[in-house]
Amino acid sequence: MSDPRDNVQQEFLVEAQELVEALSRDLLLLDEAHHRGERIDPALINEIFRSVHTLKGIAGMFGYKHVGTVAHALEDLLDDLRLGRMSVGQNLLDVLFDSVEHFQRLLTLEDPQSPQEEAGVQQYIAAIRSVGVEEEIEEGDPLEKYAIDPAVLTVLTEYEEHRLRACIREGLQLYRLRASFDLMSIDDSIEELREHAQEDVEIITYLPSMEGGNDDTIELVVLLAARVTEEELKAQFGGRYGSIDAIAEQTHLPTLPPQHTSIPVLSMGPSLEDDGGHASLRSVADSVRVDIRKLDHLMNVVGELALVRSAVNRIVDRFKNDLTYRQSVMDLDRVGRGFERQLSELRTGILDVRMVPLGQVFNKLARIVRQAAREHDKQVRLVVTGASTEVDKLIVEELTDPLMHLVRNAIDHGIESPEARARAHKGEEGTLALNAYHRGSNVVIEVEDDGDGMDAHRLRDKAVERGLLSVEASQELSRQDMLNLVFLPGLSTSSEVTDMSGRGVGMDVVKTNILRLGGMISIASEQGTGTKITVTLPITLAIIRALIVSVASRTYALPITAVREAIPYVPEDVRTIQGREVITLRGETLAISDLARLFGFRKSSQQEGQFVVVGSMGNRELGFVVDELIGQEDVIIKSLGKSLSSVRGFAGATDLGDKQVALVLDAPALFTEYFDGPDAFRSLETRP
Amino acid sequence: MAYYALIVDDSSAVRAFVRASLESSDFARVEEAATGFEALRLLATHAFDVVIVDVNMPDINGLELLSFMKKSPRQQGARKILISTQAGGPDSQRSTELGADAFLKKPFAVDDLRELVAQLLAPAEGVSG
Repeated sequence: MSDPRDNVQQEFLVEAQELVEALSRDLLLLDEAHHRGERIDPALINEIFRSVHTLKGIAGMFGYKHVGTVAHALEDLLDDLRLGRMSVGQNLLDVLFDSVEHFQRLLTLEDPQSPQEEAGVQQYIAAIRSVGVEEEIEEGDPLEKYAIDPAVLTVLTEYEEHRLRACIREGLQLYRLRASFDLMSIDDSIEELREHAQEDVEIITYLPSMEGGNDDTIELVVLLAARVTEEELKAQFGGRYGSIDAIAEQTHLPTLPPQHTSIPVLSMGPSLEDDGGHASLRSVADSVRVDIRKLDHLMNVVGELALVRSAVNRIVDRFKNDLTYRQSVMDLDRVGRGFERQLSELRTGILDVRMVPLGQVFNKLARIVRQAAREHDKQVRLVVTGASTEVDKLIVEELTDPLMHLVRNAIDHGIESPEARARAHKGEEGTLALNAYHRGSNVVIEVEDDGDGMDAHRLRDKAVERGLLSVEASQELSRQDMLNLVFLPGLSTSSEVTDMSGRGVGMDVVKTNILRLGGMISIASEQGTGTKITVTLPITLAIIRALIVSVASRTYALPITAVREAIPYVPEDVRTIQGREVITLRGETLAISDLARLFGFRKSSQQEGQFVVVGSMGNRELGFVVDELIGQEDVIIKSLGKSLSSVRGFAGATDLGDKQVALVLDAPALFTEYFDGPDAFRSLETRP
Repeated sequence: MAYYALIVDDSSAVRAFVRASLESSDFARVEEAATGFEALRLLATHAFDVVIVDVNMPDINGLELLSFMKKSPRQQGARKILISTQAGGPDSQRSTELGADAFLKKPFAVDDLRELVAQLLAPAEGVSG
């Protein structure tokens, strides 16, 4: 029998990834609270514990041995932390932050049991173990102070019991809230209750009771610890949730004086949730997880339905002038239009589901900022705006690496050391801003630092030195041109390669990645003041705006993001330079590629095209000779399927209605083939 | 052996694992609950043969659900399994007091789970013929 785990392996990986992301996010909150000297919310520590705890459990079940071992060691450490046996310190934070890197690596291993990882894992575990327990728990059981129903005590988990003790030690009063909830809406009601209970009140647990309940409602006893009096608490909840009564203190036992708070990390202070920040980040209760392929499938169905709609249109057109069917045709037309409206709503709805907030990436970047700043002994403040800006999930996935590189660059090369900043009369703390916002059907992401800026002339000199640019050409460059040189392969601004941004990934790769997503990247930099990199991306890849062209009686779609303009084609203007056909456009030489010839439809130049579509990718431009410009259309790209996946130059196919299928040209690939690989299209020449 | 089971765990991977383990070998129908509240909804309206509950959940914990099932007339016939990463700790001790029929330590293997369920659902001795 096959291992049933095989089918649900993906489920594990997705959840593990989410847990690691949540861990990373919560660690940043913890770090922030620690550095500001704020009270650390026990719920936050418990959340961190729970992520690691869950990860440990599922890693073991799915055979991810190393992940399980690391999570286990961390879990012990975090358990000590949440049970108050130690407090938050720099060492602990460092070890915890390292875990994110370890988990991410271990989760992507080809062989999750790989013996080669053994040594690294053991070393890290030794580091975890070296962060020892610091504090002793106070003697005497504070629980004895209260007359708590033993039935309640037996259903508390170890952690809940610990929280109960900690609250009593801190001098909080215990209360019992008894209320009936509608089973169907209990999640919302509890969420609402939590919101009312934020300040000075900690919810220890919820106990379902059978009394007074039937199939539709249930009575819960909520155990609360609060710093406020019974009257104040009642006022806070406003009688919304049934009865509240204080749990009486035992009279015959001596009251334990709360001489000192034994657990400093839990001392009361301004709540972390005051700014509403992480409370909202964590609420995922009403969401479902969907495989993006399922959405692709739905999108295809929408495409099919659009074809049905155009078929109806054609029938309407055919019978429009036939008086016999007049009424029926009018009805059909009306129905067709209603159908189209609903269809467009459906399409918008599906696109909407694919969208995720950029905050997901920003959280990862925040960790990089912290890490890079620490490694370089720089002080960096991260300012994020527009984290809720939404982009297609697929784009977000692909965006992480390029943005990570930009952020590392900004800290490695942009922001100066505190000393250098002081000398330049800037604050010792540098600022790195991540801004995201929508502009039309694009999303714009800016990575901006207030560092030293880029030396345009040094970039130019370096390009000349490395033979990437002739001395003559270099004389004519504007400052902006010089800055753009940074995107050339083989050019890096810093002469020393740091171990972070110097991993062989340059700005050229960043640019290529952004272009591959149909995006653009631009740079602005003032020496001494800072650098701003702006990335512009389409919101989704599922639907693209395309220029529909015809080549040798066949129809093709060219993504509009890659098209700069279209000009009439004049065969007489074509010259040949180094075996390549070029024309002159506004004084500049433009290489052209006859698509019909490229695809092997035309062997000679006797039958020429009519237009040149000027494509632009980064600094490169290339003219595509086509026969006809048909128009612009929003198209849904469908994959060509496995058997044709090796054919380069095409991003997929699309349905244009009227039983017309058009291939979607892959502009970045065509550029690469043209400039870098002359023989790349040979395989296509055997086609009819 | 056909039976109706409920898995309560906030980890979707664990739920998928349990479902796949049970549904692939037996005539089992498995319901999933991701939170204690979802579990309460299902427990109030369905009679289960087996209920598998994780002890550590953010809202209503596994122990509280066990205590609820003990009193719930619909769940009197249910076999209750508590899962947790710690065996022998205070949580597993309490679970026995609250009427759990078995305790399963996480991580567990497909076969551990199948065997345990088969054992719990086997007809009592002398009844089977």
